[in-house]
Amino acid sequence: MKENLNPDWLGSEEGDEIYRENIIDHFKNPRNYGEIVEAEIKHSELNAICGDMIRLFVKFKEGKVEDVKFKGNGCAISMATTSMMTEILKEKTLEEIKKLKKEDIFEMLGIKLGVVRMKCGLLCLNTLMKGVEQMEGKDGIKN
Amino acid sequence: MKNHMLDVGNIIKDFAILNKRINGKRLVYLDNAATSLTPEPVLEAMNEYYRSYNANVHRSIHTLGEKATKEYVEAHKKVADFINADLEETIFTKGATESLNALAYCLMKDLKEGDEVVLSEMEHHSNIVPWQQLAKNKNVKVKYICVNDDYELDLEHARELINKKTKIVSVMHVSNVLGTINDVKEIGGLAKNVGAVFIVDSAQGAPHFSVDVKEIDCDFLCFSGHKMLGPTGIGVLYGKKKMLEKLNPFLFGGEMIREVNFEESKWNDLPWKFEAGTPNIAGGIGLGAAVDYLRKIGMERIRNYEEHLTAYAFKKLKEAGVLVYCAKDARKRGGVMTFKIDGMHAHDVAALLDKEGVAIRAGHMCAMPLVNKILKENALCRASLYFYNTTGDIDTLIIGIKKAKEVFQIA
Repeated sequence: MKENLNPDWLGSEEGDEIYRENIIDHFKNPRNYGEIVEAEIKHSELNAICGDMIRLFVKFKEGKVEDVKFKGNGCAISMATTSMMTEILKEKTLEEIKKLKKEDIFEMLGIKLGVVRMKCGLLCLNTLMKGVEQMEGKDGIKN
Repeated sequence: MKNHMLDVGNIIKDFAILNKRINGKRLVYLDNAATSLTPEPVLEAMNEYYRSYNANVHRSIHTLGEKATKEYVEAHKKVADFINADLEETIFTKGATESLNALAYCLMKDLKEGDEVVLSEMEHHSNIVPWQQLAKNKNVKVKYICVNDDYELDLEHARELINKKTKIVSVMHVSNVLGTINDVKEIGGLAKNVGAVFIVDSAQGAPHFSVDVKEIDCDFLCFSGHKMLGPTGIGVLYGKKKMLEKLNPFLFGGEMIREVNFEESKWNDLPWKFEAGTPNIAGGIGLGAAVDYLRKIGMERIRNYEEHLTAYAFKKLKEAGVLVYCAKDARKRGGVMTFKIDGMHAHDVAALLDKEGVAIRAGHMCAMPLVNKILKENALCRASLYFYNTTGDIDTLIIGIKKAKEVFQIA
C-alpha cells in the first residue's frame, strides 16, 4: 500500500515473485536435510503462530563450519530459506556467522517479504543465532 | 445451482467491501468463520448513534440519553427475540470468548474437588482454556467428548463421560474447523439428567441458522456479533432467568447497581446487573441492526442457501482432488470447509489464493487440540461461507487452488 493509494485496491506487500522457481525447488528438494549426531550446535525453534519448526545442526572443525544439516516442517518460505542458508554456512568461521544479518537472508532469497512472511523467512537465522548463543553459553564463553 | 432462493445479486450491494479489488482481483471473501463482513444498514445504525444521539445509557435524563437508552434496550430485545429468549436473559458482552470466561468465573464458586467439567475434543480455545484455568483453581477434572471417524461427536462416549460427578457440560454448536453441527439437544439432555449446567457456544451457529434457546433447553448460550454482520467487540451471553438470578455479577461498577452504600450494594435488575460500566453502545445498536438484517432475509432461507452452496463447494473440491475434513451428512454440517493439499503448506496455499483475491484462513483455527492431536496436522486451510457468497466465489477458489498447485508443480 505504498505507491498505490487507490482506495478500491489493496495488495499484499510481497512481490509476485515470492514463489519463484528456486524457492519451490529448495522447498521440494531441501539441501542438507537430515541430522548430525555430533554437532556443536543442535537447536530447534518454533514459529508459534504458523507452527513452522526448524531443527538445525552445525558441526565445526578447526574454527570453521564443517557440516550443516536441518530438519523441520513449515511453509515454502521457511523451509527454502533454511535450505539456502545451510548452503552459505559451510566454511564460515564462528565470527563470520555471528555477523550474519537479516539483510543477508533477503539477499540470498532475492525477493522482498511482506510483514507476515518475514517471520517465516527469518526463522532460519533466528534458529542459527539462538543455537550460537546456546553453544557459547555451554562453552562458558558467554552467559 | 441458481441463486433463486436468495437475491444474492442485490444483497452484495449492501457490502461495499465486496467491490474492492485485492491484488488486482475481485475480492472473494471466504473467511467468514473468522469474521463476517458488515453491511451498510449496520454501519449506518452505528454512525447514526454517534452522529445523532451520542449519549450514555441508563442514566442521562436529557433527550439524547433517553434516545440512546431506548435504542440500546431495543437492541437487547431484538437479540433476545432472535434466539427466542427474554430481554432479562440477554446480556451483552465483548463476544463469545468473554461470555465463556465470565461463565467459568461465575460458576467456579459452586465447584469442589472431584467435580468434573465435560467439553469436547473439537472445541475452540475459548471453550477450553477458561475451564482449564478453573480446573487448576478448584482441582476439578476436565474431560473431552471424542470426535469420531466421521468428524462428529461420539454420543456414546458422551453418555459414558457425563455422570453424577459432572457439574458443567459446555460444547460448541457448530465446529469452526469441521463444520459439524452438533446435536446439542441430545447432549443437553445428558447434562440435564445428572443436574449439570449446560452451556452452548453458538459462535458458529447463531449467524447461520435459527437458534431457539427454549428448544435447545440450554442453561447458557453465547455468540459473537462480528460473526453475524455486527461489529467486533460486542457479543451475547444468554442465560435462563433462574440461572442468572442465582449468579453473582462478574464485573462491578456503574450501571449494574441499584443502590450503593459505603458498606454494601444492591444489584440492578437483569440483564443490567451483568453489564457494569458504560457498555459498547454503538456496538450493541449495530448488533441489533445486524439481527434486523438477518431476520429480513430469514434464517431459514439463509440456512437453505448455505446448505446448497456448501454442497456445491464440497462437490467442486472433491472434483479438484482436495481432501476435506467434514461430516458426510450434509444436514449435519455448516458452510465450513477445512482442507489440505498434499505437498503444500497451508500458509502457501493461503498466500497464493490471496494473489487471486481469495481470502481463506490457514493455521490451527484456534483449535490446536483438534488440529494437532485429532487431525494430526500442523496447519490446515479453511474456506468458510456466508449467504453473500456465490457459486462463482467457489469457482474462483477452485481455480486458485489449481493455480497454486501449478506453482508447486503438483499434478
